[in-house]
Amino acid sequence: MIAQATGVFGTDIPTLAAGLALLFGVLLLLVRAIAGPTIWDRILALNAIGTKATLLVALIGFITRRPEFLDIALLYAILNFVGTIAILKYARHRRLG
Amino acid sequence: MNYMMLIDVVLLALVIIAGIAAIEARNLFAAIGLASAYSLLLACFWTTMDAVDVAYTEAAVGAGISTIMLIGAIVLTGEREIVRRAVHWPALLACAGVAVLLVYGTLDMPRFGDPDAPAHTHPIYAGFTQQDVMKDPSGKSFELAQEYAAAHPDHSGDYFHGHVPNQVTSVIVSYRAFDTLFEVAVIFTAAMALVVLLRGRRGNPLKGGLL
Repeated sequence: MIAQATGVFGTDIPTLAAGLALLFGVLLLLVRAIAGPTIWDRILALNAIGTKATLLVALIGFITRRPEFLDIALLYAILNFVGTIAILKYARHRRLG
Repeated sequence: MNYMMLIDVVLLALVIIAGIAAIEARNLFAAIGLASAYSLLLACFWTTMDAVDVAYTEAAVGAGISTIMLIGAIVLTGEREIVRRAVHWPALLACAGVAVLLVYGTLDMPRFGDPDAPAHTHPIYAGFTQQDVMKDPSGKSFELAQEYAAAHPDHSGDYFHGHVPNQVTSVIVSYRAFDTLFEVAVIFTAAMALVVLLRGRRGNPLKGGLL
């Protein structure tokens, strides 16, 4: 169930690849969030960065053999949802509530 | 270089990119989004540092409520920043000086996770709670406390209920009231600052309101 801690990196190669792939995804999304050009590009990039952060925390939980981190990942997912709703409300109505 | 180190380095590089981009962004909406991304990535980094409670707080405050409050702020102020490129040299020098001092301060700190760090080798003296433990022979910590008291007859370095040898942990977990007291002080200060800032002028209150 949990990745074996072996090899020079202290874990197996697929887990390493997954972690680096997630971080590379975050880099690409940051470029999109910085460059824009429209508000929708930025909203999409931010929402996807939140998803990557959620996955990253879950992955860290499996690397360090602490599956309780899944709870934190769920919290991030909820926060990401609330933040995106607030941003979308602003984008649509130019005010909150 | 071990694996978590590799993840940490890449993660911190991304945090720095997001932070600089948030400062440099002229579109305030983009700046808020980048600040939110910065907080989420930093929360991931706290998780890798085993500071899960800090990560929770960072995610809830930095990425959650701050984003919504800042959006409430740009509802009132508008989306474009007025560009002023002048560099305030005394402020820059003061910031650089403080940064150098902070880095200098970290040079003497023990290595991350060092078992010989002072926080582990100098447990908090707690003679009064020790006596409470001694009165309750049914408690699990009774034997531990008794053992410890026998080994240290002068009460030098006995610790809370005999089971929290780390100073920081014993303040956060066993002496919860101290932790909460200073948190309340911080939040009270922040609330006072907000009241002063958001009070508005007499007869000219903020129009519309935030929410």
